[in-house]
Amino acid sequence: MTGTTRHTLSVLVENKPGVLQRVSGLFARRGFNIDSLAVGPTEDPNLSRMTIVVHAENTPLEQISKQLHKLVNIIKIQDLDPADMVDRELVLFKVNAPAAVRAELIELANIFRARIIDVGRNSLTIEATGTTDKLQAMEDLLRGYGIRELARTGKIALARGSKENG
Amino acid sequence: MTMNGAEALVGALEEEGVDVMFGYPGGVVLPIYDAIMDSKQLDHILVRHEQGATHAADGYARVTGRPGVVLVTSGPGATNTVTGIANAHMDSIPMVVFTGQVATHVIGTDAFQESDITGITLPITKHNYLVKDVRELPEVVKEAFHVATTGRPGPVLVDLPVDVAKGAIDFRYPEQVNLPGYRPTYKGHAKQVKQAADLLMRAKKPLLYAGGGVLSSGAWKELKELAELMQLPVTTTMMGKGAFPEEHHLYIGMPGMHGAKYTNYAITETDLLFAVGVRFDDRVTGKLASFATKSKVVHIDIDPAEIGKNRPVDVPIVGDAKHVLGAVVDELRKRSAEPRTEKWMRVIDDWRDRFPLHYPEGEGDEVMPEHVVERINALTRDRDTVIATEVGQNQMWACQYYRLQNPRRWASSGGLGTMGFGLPAAIGAQAGLKDSLVVDIAGDGSFQMVSQELATARVHDLPVKVVILNNGYLGMVRQWQELFYDRRYSQSVLGQDVPDFVKLAEAYDCLGLRVTSPEQLDGALTAAFEHEGPAVVDCRVTREENVFPMVAPGGSIDEMLGGIPGGPVSEMLDDELLEEVWE
Repeated sequence: MTGTTRHTLSVLVENKPGVLQRVSGLFARRGFNIDSLAVGPTEDPNLSRMTIVVHAENTPLEQISKQLHKLVNIIKIQDLDPADMVDRELVLFKVNAPAAVRAELIELANIFRARIIDVGRNSLTIEATGTTDKLQAMEDLLRGYGIRELARTGKIALARGSKENG
Repeated sequence: MTMNGAEALVGALEEEGVDVMFGYPGGVVLPIYDAIMDSKQLDHILVRHEQGATHAADGYARVTGRPGVVLVTSGPGATNTVTGIANAHMDSIPMVVFTGQVATHVIGTDAFQESDITGITLPITKHNYLVKDVRELPEVVKEAFHVATTGRPGPVLVDLPVDVAKGAIDFRYPEQVNLPGYRPTYKGHAKQVKQAADLLMRAKKPLLYAGGGVLSSGAWKELKELAELMQLPVTTTMMGKGAFPEEHHLYIGMPGMHGAKYTNYAITETDLLFAVGVRFDDRVTGKLASFATKSKVVHIDIDPAEIGKNRPVDVPIVGDAKHVLGAVVDELRKRSAEPRTEKWMRVIDDWRDRFPLHYPEGEGDEVMPEHVVERINALTRDRDTVIATEVGQNQMWACQYYRLQNPRRWASSGGLGTMGFGLPAAIGAQAGLKDSLVVDIAGDGSFQMVSQELATARVHDLPVKVVILNNGYLGMVRQWQELFYDRRYSQSVLGQDVPDFVKLAEAYDCLGLRVTSPEQLDGALTAAFEHEGPAVVDCRVTREENVFPMVAPGGSIDEMLGGIPGGPVSEMLDDELLEEVWE
């Protein structure tokens, strides 16, 4: 968790058309800052879970959460406690990889428990999962080799098992 | 019973108790227009522009407390409703808008008269629906009315593709809704209610600040009980006008930008701001940092997001105004609470005597716009009257000089400030209250945005009265240009003579009258009010009158321009009467 104004919201929504638009539209028109948003189905096909990382610097989290609650399709909002949640993000890096540094890159990937998923003539594509901090550290290291392209999913998260209310 | 979607919609509207809807037909809603011909229950008012339909539905909802219903076609029909929907959204007015849509299989192909109206209205509706299967229709209509009318009310839009309206359905109207994510809180938290009562019993200078929430909740009786029990002075916002009788000795006017000085002084000095169904709007608070700084705040609202949004609150109570005010009154009665505001009321009365609302007398034949409103007030106070307004100076003078005695007799565009709202809103109000006198206090600019709706009024025998305060300017724009832009009247000059409003009225077969001197005023107003059909009174008022007093934009509310001279409230505190209270 970087800074106290960043919060991870786990939002349970009805799986209906337009819900994502309603949520993203709300953030845009109320001027709330959004760092990342990931959405997918849950164990219940009628529900989706959105993991939204928000920046509550100019707007108190309470106001963001109350406005979200007003959307008819939103069932439940949890502000996840960073000490009591598990969170993961997935990143794909396409990195410059001339023969001279390939071994080095593969070694680096191993250290981060990442995998090489594609090999080109002069590049490697590496898949890595982890917390935002770990992936940031990896990105910083890879930058020295030249990152050609990068894609990340945005964070998904759940409260830890001890908090079985969600 | 098997029928098509259009017939099912009509059946659903009948189940909801809808007696009148406002609309305009077009290609894709023809199946629905065909079906409503067979309804014995549904009356349909044909407007002359779809914006008029939404404003009329809005006016109907404000005076009846029931949701306004609109039916229009796709594309331009739908987009023309946008301003009216936004207006209802800002003012939390219950409304259900049905728009036609192109057939489901061509949605997304830029078909003729296609528009993504659910996308367009997403930020200005409480919720909206695109019905893709006729089998969903009954459930969606049920939900739409439920969402529009419960919790904090608002507009809901239902988009109906033409093939859905034609599709076959075995119609059964559901009895309940299934909305797991929507459960408004009505009952206030008991502990918070007790805390509010504690504060009311301790406060020396309490003030009730009541808004539109009191009207939508139907809480005016409880508000009056609380005010009288504890002898609390009451200010009502523009949206709350009528929630408390304005001739009552505890009523101390409207707060904010064009409030009376004594009202704003009272807010600045209060030690307990007891806010009910209000949202601390910027037109009320002026500069937030200096708004009611000496005060604790109790805030009752059914929308939790309003509590603490603009102003930190000491006792937040999420709930319905009627329930919560009732609970507070019960709690105070249980404790045999006694009023202790006698001195505080004397202070306010002293301010009221020294700084009343005031306007200059006209010279010669000059007709003062404030005087016109005062005469409308005098001539209508003994009958059931709805006042609608347009937006601008006319609206602020109506707020200041019309002393409304009853709830739900006021239709004025608050949050959005929509010019052209008044006439169609008056028509909607008249459709809901056939026996009331409905008067639209208008400006010449606003009226021209919607004057075609005179045809609607005439053809449907809705005898609304439009009193135009005709100064030939966009008056409020001109006033700001005079005060803040060095009198450079850029594009705010309309002229008083074009159009000729008397001839315009006559063209629509309405009564048209002109007033050019104060002596003609009562006669013309009386003739209009007695006329059996719609009437337009063109009052040629003095042209450059300003609405005073006025808080400069972004200023503190106790520092007002115009009116009886009197500085910020800190300078008003040195007399003996005040010191007694301040001990």
